[in-house]
Amino acid sequence: MTEPARTIVNVPAQAKRGEVIEIRAVVQHAMESGYRRTELGELIPRDIVRIFRCTYNNVEVFRAEFHPAMAANPLVSFTTRATESGTLVFEWRGDHGFSAQASASIRVS
Amino acid sequence: MLRFSLQLVGVAALSVFSVCVQADIPLADRRSGEHFMRAETRAMQNDPTANPATFALLEGEALWQKKIGSADKSCFACHGQAEKNMRGVAARFPTLSQGRLMNLEQRIQACRVEQQRASPWPYEHRELLALATYVGTQSKGLPITPSNVEGMQAHRDAGRALFQQRLGQLNLSCAQCHDARWGAQLSGNPIPQAHPTAYPLYRLEWQAVGSLQRRLRNCMTGVRAEPFAFGEPGLVQLESFLMWRARGMPIETPGLRP
Ligand code: HEC
Ligand code: HEC
Repeated sequence: MTEPARTIVNVPAQAKRGEVIEIRAVVQHAMESGYRRTELGELIPRDIVRIFRCTYNNVEVFRAEFHPAMAANPLVSFTTRATESGTLVFEWRGDHGFSAQASASIRVS
Repeated sequence: MLRFSLQLVGVAALSVFSVCVQADIPLADRRSGEHFMRAETRAMQNDPTANPATFALLEGEALWQKKIGSADKSCFACHGQAEKNMRGVAARFPTLSQGRLMNLEQRIQACRVEQQRASPWPYEHRELLALATYVGTQSKGLPITPSNVEGMQAHRDAGRALFQQRLGQLNLSCAQCHDARWGAQLSGNPIPQAHPTAYPLYRLEWQAVGSLQRRLRNCMTGVRAEPFAFGEPGLVQLESFLMWRARGMPIETPGLRP
């Protein structure tokens, strides 16, 4: 894939300090398990996203390891506490040098 | 497909008792496939940030602007803004264009080959589905208005005949499931009414966006018939009949199904 992978992130635009907020992030990826074969019996090489990370003003607030049994276009949903205004950065890394990034800002009052 | 085929063994026994021609579903009783889904799946469909078909939509939006082929033209160069000029288009396909019966994907393919002068995509190519999703979404919420171009009725009639014809080793017609047994369970899965309102759509079982033809081929394999080839006129006639059968129902592209 030459074009950058598409992502969708869902972060509330604003929140009250101390509030628990829900965050969702999806990345466009086939998540080829490495266990499937072609019609000719050849193994299709594994091609998955391995790591997902989210930082909030440069502090890691969430990290997940992905495995071959996960669906295509994996969706991650998690919560964190709104501490201060700033930026959330999302990062996915995977097989064959796959990498995708997204970011969203939040205003905390 | 294996899962689906095995489930059908139970239905084969049922088919012995069925009648040959089913009455059409009364207009007021028609329900989109969405109606038969679990609440969680419906919520996933209706939230663009959770529905993976959104990626196809975004990709289609980008492709609309991309200059390609030896004509070096984008879709936008001839059609302008899709929001304005493609509104309602998907709601009246398939239709006849210069005498040729075409579904939406075939129409887009024809523009790629004849207008942009680029090499054709294979069926179910990601970019073709992305553009069909983008064009389809411009009709979201609009009622299906089957084409009344002269000659269409004959194709719809042929489609209806196919819909009612028994197929495959299980010897079942589309109508036996979708007109006569909608709402019943097929080993835990509800049988929908088979309205083509949300295509192309993301099917969780496929892990991908697919066309209505892919869905129809799945149902043919399900009754252990040899499926029609992609693009075969019979499939487009079936599509034409299904769109007429769903006339007036709103387009829901980009949909999601289990
Ligand atoms: C044995 C019953 C059965 C037969 C026969 C059958 N289908 Fe289906 N069809 C299903 C089921 C069940 C689904 C729902 C998806 C699933 O679980 O696989 C479905 C789904 C569909 C859908 C998708 C509807 C949506 O909401 O997206 C369409 C369209 C369709 N069928 C058309 C047809 C056509 C056309 C034929 C004849 C060639 C046919 N089906 C034959 C059982 C059947
Ligand atoms: C060089 C000009 C040109 C380009 C480029 C072009 N088209 Fe077309 N398109 C046409 C013409 C002309 C028609 C009408 C053909 C007819 O009715 O026979 C048409 C018809 C269509 C229709 C049917 C519209 C309707 O109201 O029935 C669709 C959908 C469509 N094009 C999509 C596309 C897409 C998607 C692309 C880019 C991949 C594209 N076109 C690129 C000229 C173009």
